[in-house]
Amino acid sequence: MRSDRQTSAPLGLKLAAAGGLLFLHLPILLIFVYAFTTEDKSYQWPPPGFTLKWLGVTWSRPDVWQALGLSVRVATISTAVALVLGTLCAAAVSRSRFFGREAVSLLVILPIALPGIITGISLRSAFSIAEIPFSTWTIVLGHATFCVVIVYNNAVARFRRTSGSLIEASMDLGADGFQTFRYVILPNIGTALLAGGMLAFALSFDEVIVTTFTAGQQQTLPIWMLEELVRPRQRPVTNVVAMVVVLVTLLPILAAFYLTRDGDQVAGAGK
Amino acid sequence: MSAASAVVAQTASPIILEGRSGMFGRLSDLFWRNPRLLLFLMLTPPLLWLGIVYVGSLFALLLQSFFSIDEFSGLIRYEFTLKTYGELLQPANLDIIVRTVSMAASVTLASAIIAFPIAYFAARYARGAWKALFYLGVMLPLWSSYLVKVYAWKLILAKEGILNWLFAKLHLTWLLEAWLSLPIVGGNSLSISYTGTFIVFVYVWMPFMILPLQAALERVPVNLVEASTDLGATPRQTFRKVIFPLALPGLIAGSIFTFSLTLGDYIIPQIIGTSRLFIGQAVYAHQGTAGNIPLAAAFTVVPMVVMGLYLWMAKRMGAFDAL
Amino acid sequence: MTSAVTFQRVSRHYGSVRAVDEVDLDIAEGEFFAMLGPSGSGKTTSLRLIAGFEQPTKGHIEIFGQTAEGIPPYRRNVNTVFQDYALFPHLNVIDNVAYGLMVRGVPRAERTKAAEEALALVQLPGYGARRPGQLSGGQRQRVALARALINQPKVLLLDEPLGALDLKLREQMQEELKTLQKSLGITFVFVTHDQGEALSMADRIAVFNHGRIVQTGTPEEIYTKPVSRFVADFVGSSNVLPPELVERLTGNSRWASLRPEMLKMSLKASNGAMPARVVSTNYLGSTTRIALDMEGLRLHATVAAGTAVPAMDETVYLSFDRDRLHLMDDER
Repeated sequence: MRSDRQTSAPLGLKLAAAGGLLFLHLPILLIFVYAFTTEDKSYQWPPPGFTLKWLGVTWSRPDVWQALGLSVRVATISTAVALVLGTLCAAAVSRSRFFGREAVSLLVILPIALPGIITGISLRSAFSIAEIPFSTWTIVLGHATFCVVIVYNNAVARFRRTSGSLIEASMDLGADGFQTFRYVILPNIGTALLAGGMLAFALSFDEVIVTTFTAGQQQTLPIWMLEELVRPRQRPVTNVVAMVVVLVTLLPILAAFYLTRDGDQVAGAGK
Repeated sequence: MSAASAVVAQTASPIILEGRSGMFGRLSDLFWRNPRLLLFLMLTPPLLWLGIVYVGSLFALLLQSFFSIDEFSGLIRYEFTLKTYGELLQPANLDIIVRTVSMAASVTLASAIIAFPIAYFAARYARGAWKALFYLGVMLPLWSSYLVKVYAWKLILAKEGILNWLFAKLHLTWLLEAWLSLPIVGGNSLSISYTGTFIVFVYVWMPFMILPLQAALERVPVNLVEASTDLGATPRQTFRKVIFPLALPGLIAGSIFTFSLTLGDYIIPQIIGTSRLFIGQAVYAHQGTAGNIPLAAAFTVVPMVVMGLYLWMAKRMGAFDAL
Repeated sequence: MTSAVTFQRVSRHYGSVRAVDEVDLDIAEGEFFAMLGPSGSGKTTSLRLIAGFEQPTKGHIEIFGQTAEGIPPYRRNVNTVFQDYALFPHLNVIDNVAYGLMVRGVPRAERTKAAEEALALVQLPGYGARRPGQLSGGQRQRVALARALINQPKVLLLDEPLGALDLKLREQMQEELKTLQKSLGITFVFVTHDQGEALSMADRIAVFNHGRIVQTGTPEEIYTKPVSRFVADFVGSSNVLPPELVERLTGNSRWASLRPEMLKMSLKASNGAMPARVVSTNYLGSTTRIALDMEGLRLHATVAAGTAVPAMDETVYLSFDRDRLHLMDDER
């Protein structure tokens, strides 16, 4: 609803909206408090005291570093694969009309439209049928599949906004297909791809449902956290890890928002 | 424009120019002459990936739901049967399905109620920097780590946690205990009751309701609201007769997310809730420890069918225009 | 004179839609050629066929005697000014203008100098550092022109380049384009749906309708001797007289056109003059345009400023020089 008139909202609506937003944010802020609590056996509130000790303890934990390393590796490779596949698909779908175009966009969206558990168990049973042993690559196979749609959505939105006559203008002025791609298409979709890549990274970094099926004995950071959630052993370390995870995912999302802020469709609207 | 000719009117240049030499020049000409070839080359990698890795696995899984497991040896019998689907109808399994679908429905309803004021405020009243802030205010929780969000609620709902503390401070512990003594929604404590599971589900999936709802509300022209007021409608009537029907497609689009995500989740009920299973947990248990892949596969068909029906209904109500 | 562009029975079909249908065309070198027609008449598709964005389904196109089919746009020494200007939003004005030289590998210093000269040519000196988003519509139009001219094209194609400008700027640009074309000596092919623009600028005009060229000729020919009712209707505001009336006047059972300024009005009946009722009068500054109703036939006449204008609903008597009646091709 657009209106230039500055109408003020009814008080009830303001309170309901503010309450809703608080409901969304307070639990996450709570994590930050717990990361510094001195209590290490239970989730006692209010915290009996505050300490920076657990930061150091977490820092010296090799299992946390290992899980973090695997998560970063998986997210990086998956993002790279998703960038290539998502961009190709978006370019094909938005630059030409062909038979089955709708089917292609449906196929891209499917992995995120169906519950993650379906993707997970499908891949798991396929691995066991094909006798593929679990490795970093089996995790990547799953992650890249649902990251494609993130890149695809961002790229398609940008392609839609980029006038088709720009490409014609470039060719008209003497640039062949490759030059047009390098000098016109890439600069115009660059920020959208960057934003899509960051969101894909954040999504992969955080993914747990599909990963539980494709990781085998390996631990990504979310899997490490899941184990702690099911069987709490080191509560203070988990608190710190949770805080770090929030901060690490926050940055790419803010960056993606900044990169696409003046667009008609802001990044991430379709997680 | 008199100083013209210096730039342009020089010696006769050829009418057809030499293309770039080398591989790039030739490839470029080739693609220009055969746009279908370029299209084919662009589509092949993503389609191969999604087709083989994703759809291939999906079909393999579906196929297995038509096999059955030998009760004595525990091995899979590779012959076509509907026996596994029959097992879904056993009371225990039917229970799981009903429980999950009711939970998904109530989570969707609650999300819609909480999301509406936020979306409405953001669409109608927020401007400029406030609008961006509102947007981030929804996006950040949406993109925050799923596990961290679940973990935060484990902290909140714990016996010694902030919620019990708050109830005690307000001298309302009796109210909480009265609620927990109710059948079905109650339990020993919040973190092992359906109420706890429900709260966390709503918290985690609600942002997915806000965004499409806000998009739909943004498209309601403000002069329609003014026209309605002008014609003598009370704010309540305007909401019921004008705003709500126009926002409905966005509401349905959002409910697709909340419904589907709740249907397939198996981690939240595992961490916060009773020991009774949801579909996701059943799938996980059957494929894992029990090794009953056919039953697990048949179970995954349930959310697919439910979502198929849901999408079909949503499409008929025009929800996809709001995505 | 050499031909700049020739079409030999060129067709462009999209499925069953015939966007361009068996068009023959011959544009001379150095000519300012306008393609005029309503939207969907095939004029823009014809322009795109010359640029190389479209390939003919059938027929043969030559540019300066060379076969054009199968030659990609980037290898044709033909440049285009786009309707939406299509300036690259990520480049500043200088880099936009110099783009054609950049992709040909001209060194930076050299191409910047050429781009500055081109900007001076379109009267935008010193605008090089700006972004297209910071320019007005008229300025963007000039940048698009400079960018298209920098490659020294043999043919410059202009796709409704003035469509987005307001009236005053449009008239100014019309004059400038005309002067520029004469001083550069480049063949201009200009697509427009505005008949006034085509008449005032072009050396020759091709009128398009339903994918075909219905008439080609100088502005005067098109204006005074339209070959069909469509041309008479579309170009200017000719009176179209039905065959029954024309038969009564000339004995020929054909449609005919008559320019409004040829219609003489008198308040007194005279021999052979036809009575008509004044329906409305429109003051246009230098002339007044009068709508008349003659036995159900709507006619228009113009009178010069300063002459007496008949009142509404008054009956006037119409006469005209029989020679001015132009018989058209359409039979009954």
